Amino acid sequence: MIEIENITKVYQMGETEVRALDGVSLKIEDGEWVAITGPSGSGKSTLMAILGCLDSPTSGAYKLDGIDVAKMRDDQLAAVRNKKIGFVFQQFNLLSRTSAVENVALPLLYASGNHQRDRATAALAAVGLSDRLGHRPNELSGGQQQRVAIARALVTEPSIVLADEPTGNLDSKTGKEIMALFDELHRTRGITVIFVTHDPAIAANAQRVIHIQDGMIA
Amino acid sequence: MRLNFSQNVKSALRALMANKLRSALTMLGIVIGVGSVVALLSVGTGAQASITGQISNIGANVITVYSGSRNNFTPSGAGGGATAPLTYEEVQELKGLAGVAAVSPQVQSRQTLKYQSSQTSAQVVGVEPDYATVHPDQLDHGRFISAADVTNKSRVVVVGSQIVTDLFGGLDPVGKSIKINGILFQVIGVMKEQGSGGFGFSRDSTTYVPITTAMARLSNTRVGNQKSVSTIEVSASNSDSIDTALTALKTKLRTLHKIGVGETDDFTVQSQSDILSAATSVASTLTVFLGAIAGISLVVGGIGVMNIMLVSVTERTREIGLRKAVGARRRDILYQFLTETLVLSIVGGVIGIVIGAAISTAVSASGVMTTVVSPESIALAFGFSAAIGIFFGLYPANRAAGLKPIEALRYE
Repeated sequence: MIEIENITKVYQMGETEVRALDGVSLKIEDGEWVAITGPSGSGKSTLMAILGCLDSPTSGAYKLDGIDVAKMRDDQLAAVRNKKIGFVFQQFNLLSRTSAVENVALPLLYASGNHQRDRATAALAAVGLSDRLGHRPNELSGGQQQRVAIARALVTEPSIVLADEPTGNLDSKTGKEIMALFDELHRTRGITVIFVTHDPAIAANAQRVIHIQDGMIA
Repeated sequence: MRLNFSQNVKSALRALMANKLRSALTMLGIVIGVGSVVALLSVGTGAQASITGQISNIGANVITVYSGSRNNFTPSGAGGGATAPLTYEEVQELKGLAGVAAVSPQVQSRQTLKYQSSQTSAQVVGVEPDYATVHPDQLDHGRFISAADVTNKSRVVVVGSQIVTDLFGGLDPVGKSIKINGILFQVIGVMKEQGSGGFGFSRDSTTYVPITTAMARLSNTRVGNQKSVSTIEVSASNSDSIDTALTALKTKLRTLHKIGVGETDDFTVQSQSDILSAATSVASTLTVFLGAIAGISLVVGGIGVMNIMLVSVTERTREIGLRKAVGARRRDILYQFLTETLVLSIVGGVIGIVIGAAISTAVSASGVMTTVVSPESIALAFGFSAAIGIFFGLYPANRAAGLKPIEALRYE
């Protein structure tokens, strides 16, 4: 469960202060599917970075599954990300010259536990790529690459998957297939899914839409 | 399972293979650096070994007397105090001093040797029979200079083994006559082969004649009415009497040269160990000097590694961002990039050691000079290249490790 309370994020741009987030409070229950929308520059990417523990808020409280993460050090945040959060990016961010199964196993390199390859293989099977284990990103289609990225997000069995415009680089047919995959994972695994998108059609898949404007929830 | 060493090496190799030419050129800097350290140290060590070998050849109990003070490495006569020649008359006074077993005065000059149509240039040394006492077992066959030869100023010569080859085409020269400085000499003996003295200088062409003959006919070593000698070699009775003999020689020569109390010697008396330590210190200075020059190229290679690693960190900012997003800690990224630099410099180091050793072996085989690849120099070069990897890898790796995940992910 995600609980944030009066979060602000202030960037210093030379002389001027930019308040990217200006007092955002939000609660996301386990197993919810939430879309965060807003025009560019609204602060939705900043909110996503903070929800994903990639960045710390300037002020405010953030409790993730009851643990206060707002004041954690970088290495503690890295451990939290590794255990609890999976990321899916618009540009897939796969390592080139590295096979699909090794890409999926990447988060396991930074976690404890054995059977890395087995777990990565199982995650690839869950996204329907059992027959592409040894393929490198440049040997896969865009949709397949995004599936590998989703498998990588799932491999540590996180409670939350954060996706930043996951269909932004895909054609609409492939985009629909990816959305169907998210829907299936959400239903069968009870994972909390948080989407950041500016596309109302994608946002329509979500149970709840949070609209951000000028650093505040509109 | 935490990121371990073998996974780090695997990922480092993959990253390095991604830019094969770039990695190879970067490694070349280390290869050249390490290779030149190994090769140049082998030249230095080889010189040291050959000098040490050459000097120990002379004999352990030998004390050498020169004219002029050479205590502070000043050339004789140049600010090193007064210089007085050592005369042949003085030599007679040194015989029978405490601890002294044999005294061998020597007069050296460079002469042209002729036999029929062949000729060669050689160091001709005028000696007394005691030369054979100071340097035992050097005669191959025939006989050495005798006391009668010295008394009679006989024109007899004992030739070096190289002369046999150069003048006589390997045939036994004993009984034949050669011309030295245009004067006929009869060959009475041949010296044993002693091997190259290093730096292209051969002791095997040195040729011996009676000292009186040399002073009378071969050299203009008359100073005033006195006949001067080049050096005097003195053999101590045994190793325990070296110090006694040194003191006795100094005292006697100071008396003969009328040197007052507090005045510096105008001669130098050196024991074998003095000469050995002086020569060894010169050779080890040479080794350090050569090593330092080679070390500079290794540092330059290291800077090349650092430069490429900085480029690599910038190019892979998004990869670093992704790794951090999925849970890499600061030190995971640090070790990853440090491993990459270490792989570069250690692989480069090993190749460099092989190439350096090969060059040194080739130089040795070509006979230009003696080289010795010591295990210490290999350990030094290897350790140095690893240290360079860590030193020059730390800054780029630290820069990578310090990247903020969200900024790294958004890097275009």
